[in-house]
Amino acid sequence: MKPAAFAYHTPASKAELLSLLSELEDARVIAGGQSLMPMMNLRLAAPSHLIDLNSLPELGGIAQDGDTLVIGAMTRQREAERSPLVARVCPLLRDALEHVGFQQTRNRGTVGGSIAHMDPTAELPVVASALDGVLIIESVRGVRRVPMGEFSVGYLATQVEPDEVLVRIELPLWPEGHGWGFEEVTRRGENFSVVCVAALVLLDGAGRISRAAIAVGGLAAAPVRLTEAEAVLTGAVPSEEAISAAAAFAGELEADDALFVPPDFKQHLARVLTTRALRSALERAGSQVHA
Amino acid sequence: MTVLGQATKWIGHPVPRLEDGALLRGQGRFVDDIELPGLLHGAFLRSPLAHARITSLDVSAAEALPGVRRVLTYADLRPLLTCDRIPLAMPSGAIRFDVDPFVLAKDEVCHVGEPIALVVAESRHVAEDALALIEIELDALPAVVDPRLGLAPGAPQARTDCPDNLVAKMSAAYGDVESAFASAAHVIAEEFHIHKGGGHSIEPRGIVARFDGGDDLMTVWDSTQMPHQAKRVLVRTLGLFEHQVRVIAPDVGGGFGPKFVFHPEELAVAAAALLLKAPVKWIEDRFENFMSTVQERDQYWSVEVASDAEGRLLGIRGRLVHDHGAYTPYGVALPYNSATNLLGPYVLPTYKLDIELCLTNLIPSTPTRGAGRPQGTFIMERMLDRLAGRLGLDRAEIRRRNLIGPAQMPYDTGLKTRDGGAMIYDSGDYVACQARALEIAGWAGFEERRAAARREGRWLGIGLSNYVEGSGRGPFESAAVRIGPSGKVVVTTGAAAQGQGTVTMLAQLAAEALGVKPQDVTVIAGDTAASPLGLGAFASRQAVTAGNAAHLAAHEVREKILHVASAWLEAEPDDLDLADGRVHVKGVPGHGRSFGEIASALAGLPGLALPKGTAPGLAAAVDFRPPAMTYCNGTHVAEVEVDPETCVVKVTRYVVVHDCGRLINPMMVDGQIIGGVVHGIGSALYEWMVYGEDGQPLTCTYADYLLSTADVAPRIELHHMESPTPLNPLGVKGAGESGTIAALAVIASAVEDALRPFDITVRDLPMTQARLYGLLGGARP
Repeated sequence: MKPAAFAYHTPASKAELLSLLSELEDARVIAGGQSLMPMMNLRLAAPSHLIDLNSLPELGGIAQDGDTLVIGAMTRQREAERSPLVARVCPLLRDALEHVGFQQTRNRGTVGGSIAHMDPTAELPVVASALDGVLIIESVRGVRRVPMGEFSVGYLATQVEPDEVLVRIELPLWPEGHGWGFEEVTRRGENFSVVCVAALVLLDGAGRISRAAIAVGGLAAAPVRLTEAEAVLTGAVPSEEAISAAAAFAGELEADDALFVPPDFKQHLARVLTTRALRSALERAGSQVHA
Repeated sequence: MTVLGQATKWIGHPVPRLEDGALLRGQGRFVDDIELPGLLHGAFLRSPLAHARITSLDVSAAEALPGVRRVLTYADLRPLLTCDRIPLAMPSGAIRFDVDPFVLAKDEVCHVGEPIALVVAESRHVAEDALALIEIELDALPAVVDPRLGLAPGAPQARTDCPDNLVAKMSAAYGDVESAFASAAHVIAEEFHIHKGGGHSIEPRGIVARFDGGDDLMTVWDSTQMPHQAKRVLVRTLGLFEHQVRVIAPDVGGGFGPKFVFHPEELAVAAAALLLKAPVKWIEDRFENFMSTVQERDQYWSVEVASDAEGRLLGIRGRLVHDHGAYTPYGVALPYNSATNLLGPYVLPTYKLDIELCLTNLIPSTPTRGAGRPQGTFIMERMLDRLAGRLGLDRAEIRRRNLIGPAQMPYDTGLKTRDGGAMIYDSGDYVACQARALEIAGWAGFEERRAAARREGRWLGIGLSNYVEGSGRGPFESAAVRIGPSGKVVVTTGAAAQGQGTVTMLAQLAAEALGVKPQDVTVIAGDTAASPLGLGAFASRQAVTAGNAAHLAAHEVREKILHVASAWLEAEPDDLDLADGRVHVKGVPGHGRSFGEIASALAGLPGLALPKGTAPGLAAAVDFRPPAMTYCNGTHVAEVEVDPETCVVKVTRYVVVHDCGRLINPMMVDGQIIGGVVHGIGSALYEWMVYGEDGQPLTCTYADYLLSTADVAPRIELHHMESPTPLNPLGVKGAGESGTIAALAVIASAVEDALRPFDITVRDLPMTQARLYGLLGGARP
């Protein structure tokens, strides 16, 4: 379980990083190393060149820019989890971060690394999906802005081209007073999720749902937005009936077969967790939902 | 605390572990810490197929890679060996054919991960690079994966060198079971599938071998539970003499069973060192550990239980089909333990279990912690739960009616142990043990707790399980206590330590006898050069066997000290005391002699006489031979919370009342029990080594194969009873595995209880969420 030989690069600037990416054949960037290193040790990945992003502090950092939360790709998951700014303006992200890997891996793992790896069961892509996040991808050819919904191109595969790198994530913020819910089931305690659901709601002055977003992870290669359910909820009075109707869409999503988690069980979990996430979100938005 | 009627200073006290200081400071010395000049590194090419014929093997490109010293195959190593296969067979009348492995695959591979070639290179990195350059052609053969299919007519052969797959057939039986069933008021039949997890020590296997041509000495550092067995195999296969082979088990990072078994890699690395005249290291990585270290796996049980109208057991009969894997390095012990341990602490008047062991194209299945006993216990406890349901009895009450009473001790079960002796429970009060566990756990008040939780939308369940464990297996273990002119007390033993506290335990016993502190005793375990005879770690045996050996040897040394000092100090032995490495006249600490002075006198001076009436040397060696196995017992009660929607199970409370006779170090026993319970919870809920129909392992990382972790381990409330065994001087019984034995049954009982309104029956382990989802079917909320 030793990696194959590779050349190791520590760029001194983002410009050097982009130029290395454009010049080197078969290069991979390494951030926290929580996914790539095991893959290399198992020789499931054997890049010729490894470009270490840890030498580029400018790729980290969390900031609010108007109605957008901007997170540098190299921000450690643990830093985001403990960020007062994130807790204040984007509590959904904070709640989800508690479930990412383990505390030990969050100390090292990065927000950008998790999203760029796009593990089907990862929490952060689900949150980015619910928030209509935008991924900022750079290369010597220029800067691209890719909506989260278009990021995945298959299992563990994304739009990021070999000469490109994810540099930051922009998360459009919901207004103060919005409600959020994050739910997941793991096979054992603190561990990879089997299915996870992120939900956001906003109520109008009359207590009706004015806006809703629901994303489900773990069923397929990429998170799925429940747009039909969101449409059903929008304008509705919060109720157990409305929640059930929305959650029913989750139960009908296509689900991959996985070891230990057959598709019908995944669909069932998607429905149950959507129900629970919506209940939490509505409660936090100030609604009293009664069965 | 008293032992043998005397107040004790060390025995029975929670002495801090002597092992921990070095380990906590990172100063442990594990196999991978062994560095030698010119050390080469090995990596194994392993079979990618479960069953195949090797049609060609070309290592020339791999050998040409810079940094590679040699690539060795069966053909290269066979000339060094005295025999074609590694002689590992354990005698058993039930085995139809022993299947010993080759040093490297000869012409047929019989499981994924079976070693085929050994690359020896300057680094492990280069060795792994070379693996990809070995050209091999395999002709795939049909694989046997499910033992039930393997025993069916027309099944493919798991091995072409065996006529069929039924590698052993045996029965565990006594009494007239047919009559018992004919007269029964209640008969219940059930089918169970029990999958039991592997050993999963933190440190995988590893070996460093060096052959010193100067003094013709082979030294092998081996992460093994059985250094003497490893030496014996190496001596025999390499054609060396006993004085030429030394096996050292340095710090070993956990064993849990699999390191009992001598694996082909141990011989291959030693043979490579001999052939290449250079030291060679191989450290198993985790991926290899999943693919090539022996493990426990699947058992399929069909059983019927018969009882009278009051729920008293009349008989159990049935069939056990056991997945044995591709080789037989541990005989029939694993399923035989399952069969015999099924009885547990209950009166079972008649019994007949037919056991069939099927060769499969999977890693050999051999004992891991619990060694088959959790499965037998699971069956009995599940059937008692089913009977309780049928009769409308409380689960504790049906057990109470069937427990062996204290007045029935010693209790002859009617079965034989593996070595042919009668299986006799020696001591214990099973009735009191269960009663105490129920009281501590608040069994009687559970329905109130359940109802309160339901009002909050939570589903609680409670379960219980009793068990016994045969421990302290013989035939013997060695220990010697020596004091030289330095005055240092040294204990050497054939026992082997893997972190369970063997060193501390033996130091406590020597310290007690000799009036020194445990930290002043040096214990050398796991080195064949230090002890000519020994067995090692298995069957929860070392406190019983090595413990009593050290205890007796230390007392012999004590007597010798008293004898010499009595003459020197002109005092009766009864008037002397041992303290702080000295012997002195009671009440006059200044009037005495040091152990070093006595040892010097007994070491002899040229031409001068030894002290009167003494033999040379201040030392004694004892090989303690337990007359029979000694049976510890206990009761577990667990509470769980189950979410019937997500099928997530959380263990919320766990009570253990445990009786392993006299406790030498209660803190270390607690650690053993707690570790065992957590391991058992893993087997109940998580651990599942899954293979595809083609025999490909599908769970070779800890992301797929789940062990219990700290965050899912409940606080375990542990209480001891002490029923000393009459079978050894210390009155001790084993404790290393017992925590695991009841855990599978108790969690199953509690989960089923939590879901009682949905009327499910838990028959299969592990109880994964998907399995519970399937059981709940349309009934779930």
